[in-house]
Amino acid sequence: MNSPSATATQSAMGSLHSPIDGTATIELEVNGVGVTRRVNARLSLADFLRERLDLTGTHLGCEHGVCGACTVVLNDEAVRSCLILAVQADGSRITTIEGLAETDHDGQIISIHPIQRAMQEAHGFQCAFCAPGFLMTALCFLERNPAPTRAQIREEISGNLCRCTGYQSIIAGVETAVEIMAADRREGAQDA
Amino acid sequence: MPAFAYHRPASLDEALDLLSRFGEDAKILAGGQSLLPLMALRLSHPANLVDISRVPGLNEIVEDVEGGLAIGATVTHTRAEEAEAVHRLTPLVAAALPLVGHRAIRNRGTVVGSLAHADPAAELPAVALALGARFIAVKSGGQRRVAAADFFSGFLTTDLAPDELLLAVGFPPQKPRTGVSVKEISRRSGDFAIVGLAATVSLDEAGLIASSALSFFGAASTAVRVTEAEEALAGQSPGPEAFEEAARIVSQSLDPPEDANGTTAYRKHVAGVLTRNALADAIDQIGFAA
Repeated sequence: MNSPSATATQSAMGSLHSPIDGTATIELEVNGVGVTRRVNARLSLADFLRERLDLTGTHLGCEHGVCGACTVVLNDEAVRSCLILAVQADGSRITTIEGLAETDHDGQIISIHPIQRAMQEAHGFQCAFCAPGFLMTALCFLERNPAPTRAQIREEISGNLCRCTGYQSIIAGVETAVEIMAADRREGAQDA
Repeated sequence: MPAFAYHRPASLDEALDLLSRFGEDAKILAGGQSLLPLMALRLSHPANLVDISRVPGLNEIVEDVEGGLAIGATVTHTRAEEAEAVHRLTPLVAAALPLVGHRAIRNRGTVVGSLAHADPAAELPAVALALGARFIAVKSGGQRRVAAADFFSGFLTTDLAPDELLLAVGFPPQKPRTGVSVKEISRRSGDFAIVGLAATVSLDEAGLIASSALSFFGAASTAVRVTEAEEALAGQSPGPEAFEEAARIVSQSLDPPEDANGTTAYRKHVAGVLTRNALADAIDQIGFAA
């Protein structure tokens, strides 16, 4: 890819104009860390995360919004990172699969997220290419609805494709996550 | 993604200036959930994208004094789905929204964007047609209203001019004693429908059918109403006989295109079955309310 020559102009009004094959500078928060980068306007958020930030845990399957593998969290909502331009994510807060586990200053994992633990216990995945998308989808879903019915779980994960499992183990994994997170909340309430 | 120039106007005037400057060479980007897939598949390669997502004043759901509802250009499907006013004032819109794509798509995609994109297999254009929605189009130095019946002009084509922006869609108040239903058949949850129907039925005080709307998607090059069936229902007592007759007319008069997901004959048959089911479903709701 040629290095783009032209750079965006920012008007006093706060508008932004990036010429064809030009770049714009974006500032966003990814997994709790502030990031500033100059990006090409045509770069997708998924490619930005993978190629510019080396966060290759976000997977690309279909690259046109059908498979859900690239799902990340943008300002508390699950979104397809292949259907968002990096420039559109300017100013937003992103969480990727790399931001799910609790880590120390060196990036070493202290404890995995309850949803990750649940999927492990339920043997939710086989090849797990689709796992990052499912986990980020489940994260947002359980935050909005901590006690879902099985039907609601099936509906909510219907936007993510898995070609190995037949989904039953993934649904079981989400149900396990519901139990673990409810138990954690009860424990937290007792401690408090 | 093909190369393009990206513009993020900070005001409506600036957005309209850009549209009048670039005309056919610009596409409006709001949620991007229809446009970006088309670009990723190289089916669309606009030279300029005008990102209206940060234009103030467009992200609003407004109730009018007559009991109608307007949805602004950057309101996402999820936001509309969660809005109490949408459920209260436009139950048909509320019934259709959960069927639009998947959660992650609805979190970004916009109601008005779906309408402007005008996919004939999408739910919302058929809903707008069923409800007689009004579209507010704006350009530099002018604003106009377009009736739903005049808005959808062909496959992925609307009455909007290249320099116009679809500012909002307005839904009229729902008539009393009205039930609604959205039914569709799709290969997988969240897929575009093979064929689907947005229906409303209103009863008069005597309990006979006063008016109805049978608005189909996935059945033609645009969303389409079957007025012969609607007229046949008028004055009838709501029940299996009237529904069966409406279903027969629907199957007879629609001429849906054939593709890998279904033949014309299959789609005609399904459209009839959905008609029966939707009418029964809509009438049940009125019973509930009474």
